[in-house]
Amino acid sequence: MGEIKFMKGNEALAEAAIRSGLQGYFGYPITPQSEVVEYLAMQEPNHNYVLIQAESEVASVNMVYGAAAAGARVMTTTSSPGFSLMQEGVSYIACAELPCVFANIVRGGPGLGTIQASQGDYFQAVKGGGHGDYHLIVLAPNSVQEMVDHCRLAFELADKYRNPVMLLSDGSIGQMMEKVVLPEPIPYKPDKPWATTGKTPDRKRNIITSLYIQSEDMEKKNQTIQAKYQEITKNEIRYEKYRVDDAEIIISAFGLTSRICKKVVDLAREEGIKMGLFRPITVWPFPTDQFAEFAAQDRVKFFLSAEMNAGQMVEDIRLSVNGKKPVYFYGRQGGIVPTPEEILNAAKGHLK
Amino acid sequence: MLVEMIFSGFGGQGVLSMGKLLAYAAMKEGKEVSWMPSYGPEMRGGTANCIVNISDEPISSPVVTAYDVVVALNLPSLRKFEPRVKKGGILIWESSTIKQPPTRDDIKTYAVPAVDMASNDLKNVKVMNMLILGALVKAMAVVKTDSLLLALKETLPPRHHNLIPLNQQAIELGMAQVK
Repeated sequence: MGEIKFMKGNEALAEAAIRSGLQGYFGYPITPQSEVVEYLAMQEPNHNYVLIQAESEVASVNMVYGAAAAGARVMTTTSSPGFSLMQEGVSYIACAELPCVFANIVRGGPGLGTIQASQGDYFQAVKGGGHGDYHLIVLAPNSVQEMVDHCRLAFELADKYRNPVMLLSDGSIGQMMEKVVLPEPIPYKPDKPWATTGKTPDRKRNIITSLYIQSEDMEKKNQTIQAKYQEITKNEIRYEKYRVDDAEIIISAFGLTSRICKKVVDLAREEGIKMGLFRPITVWPFPTDQFAEFAAQDRVKFFLSAEMNAGQMVEDIRLSVNGKKPVYFYGRQGGIVPTPEEILNAAKGHLK
Repeated sequence: MLVEMIFSGFGGQGVLSMGKLLAYAAMKEGKEVSWMPSYGPEMRGGTANCIVNISDEPISSPVVTAYDVVVALNLPSLRKFEPRVKKGGILIWESSTIKQPPTRDDIKTYAVPAVDMASNDLKNVKVMNMLILGALVKAMAVVKTDSLLLALKETLPPRHHNLIPLNQQAIELGMAQVK
């Protein structure tokens, strides 16, 4: 058993990154994410990583690009407006196929928005965000413990697929404190023969680029990364089921909302309503087949997606269910966290 | 068992700290805990609160709307959260500064003049929150007093350890307020 601590989500994420062999962190403070930068700055003298508080998010993402190209285990964290600023670099990194970890501690938008928690960046996280055909692997932690577990997993997946991985968290998880079991620190020994670490006489130059000026080359690059995305989709879909075995209503949520929906399910069951929760843990790749399986079952009457946005993941559920069953939505925006009771009432409103 | 609580008051009164201390103490007893602060444009003198859940089982929703225990250290918080105490639940309020007492009769209310007692009896108004916390653990034994003291020792930076006896006194004085 690892060390047990009482930590904020943001601090736990930072500590998990250190224990996962972090070599470089480049970031810029923004509420509700700033504790990550603060914690890493405080711990820097005791460890071997490089920490730079960049002049902006545009700078930090490009520092990540450079350090990842050199083979380092690197991360940046930010919150919504900051991640928007990073999109150019994120797209470049995805094309250059560089492993790194992003965490978006999402706050309410659009615009400068509010500093309260939101899930309004789902589309940006899973549909690209930057230009071109690319995907990040996107994990949606729902507890302080998962901020830790998903951080280590994110670094591993990033290396495995040479693909950027994102933690889609939110302000509540970043700010709240819970009991957390920290993993043993691991030394990081990168096995990255492609990294730009200086040419030696026994091999050709390593080139990291996202520029393929000939159409044929660019198409080939696209085909390579699309094949990789298929491989990721085949291997890495993760989800959690709660009381779904006899469920007639499938409620679905990611991140913090999935915790709230667990309570919704318990409240519904107390009233004799057969409800279950299906929670995507990877929101990209999305557990499409699992939703389709539920939709194919006679007893399932409808789906309800509960989100802290105006209806984003619900679109992926509708694509998965493909018209076989109704898919409803309930959401709050602007930094409001929905209560279990209001989600339950929304679900009951669709019961005939 | 799941106990759902909110600590509310002015920023600077120590509501976030007392919630954190209680959650830490419960964690030390092997319980599952969550502490969710109101955060944002809060400031000294503005309102602040934190929701604390303590449970034997993993905690589902860290967001709660009805509470087993409400601690209110100012009038706006008392007004806001008194209606959200569960029937038969507990409301602890600071009675030397709040002049309009709670009105519900289907809950247990405890008036603790913590500000006056801390400044008069202990000569340090800053430990007012520990008095309230003492009253809370007497009204509902969510954690042992020893666990609170352990939590103080482990969460206070060593340079403040000279204040532990004063905090302990405050906790004990608070406990004595609840009969």
